[in-house]
Amino acid sequence: MRVGVITFPGSLDDRDALRAIRLAGGYPVALWHGDNELHGVDAIVLPGGFSYGDYLRCGAIAAHSPIMSAVVDAANKGMPVLGICNGFQTLVEAHLLAGGLIRNDHGTFIRRDQKLRVENVDTVWTSGYTQGQEITIPLKNGEGGFIADDETLKRLEGDGLVAFRYLEVNPNGSLNDIAGLRNARGNVVGLMPHPEHAVEPGFGPDTAAAMSSGTDGLAVFQSVLAATVLS
Amino acid sequence: MPKVIVEVMPKEVLLDPAGKATARALQRFGDGEITDVRIGKRFEITIEGEVTPKLLEHINDVARDVLSNDVIEDVISIRVAD
Repeated sequence: MRVGVITFPGSLDDRDALRAIRLAGGYPVALWHGDNELHGVDAIVLPGGFSYGDYLRCGAIAAHSPIMSAVVDAANKGMPVLGICNGFQTLVEAHLLAGGLIRNDHGTFIRRDQKLRVENVDTVWTSGYTQGQEITIPLKNGEGGFIADDETLKRLEGDGLVAFRYLEVNPNGSLNDIAGLRNARGNVVGLMPHPEHAVEPGFGPDTAAAMSSGTDGLAVFQSVLAATVLS
Repeated sequence: MPKVIVEVMPKEVLLDPAGKATARALQRFGDGEITDVRIGKRFEITIEGEVTPKLLEHINDVARDVLSNDVIEDVISIRVAD
């Protein structure tokens, strides 16, 4: 299974995302923002970073880059698409996911190992978790405050479109503690925390068992591999 | 060459952390007259040729689709610079 990771000018975590796909058992494919095609990949990851220096709005310029029309087309036809951090912001700007992301309410950049609850496992990116599972993966952002108007928020909650929720600490002022969303079809997921930074013992968050041993993010990438094999 | 000015502001109902921090700084000056600051964006778009109604309509579209995000911002004015 070929999973593409798009590099935009200013992407930061594209290499880690490629590595996470390989560790999960997939075949990672590097994609370039200026391309107009997806080179036959079966799924796509939009990585974290600061595309275009966060100019205009986070993810806004990336959302209008040449490859994104192919991504939007593919997503609308059911291809799995995951947006992590800046990738989540880009999916929101591309209207593939609802709401918006604004500067953290406390005004500062934050980096912490963040506890989350997996709120919805009926997506191709979360099916490897159990409903309500609590996981810890790194979070690092300056503009991760999720917002939406009341009506949208009600719809997201009512339709079960919240994929991940912050536990214990709300690190950025996100409404309803929302850390990640899915679309109605369940093929598009976006989240601010970074599953690709918690896929290999020795390089993840600390756990009760050992320092840096957390690999709670790996199931995101394993989920999409399982989903595509089945389909 | 003519210029079209587009101004975008964060929605009133949303927290504007940058504006809030700036307001706090400004409150160190003066006698407390300044109560709030909101920070928006001003785009100066240079046009080749004449600013036609059709072109203004196009700028109106890109102001809403690209220069702003209607979930978090409002386009508050689009005008031709003097």
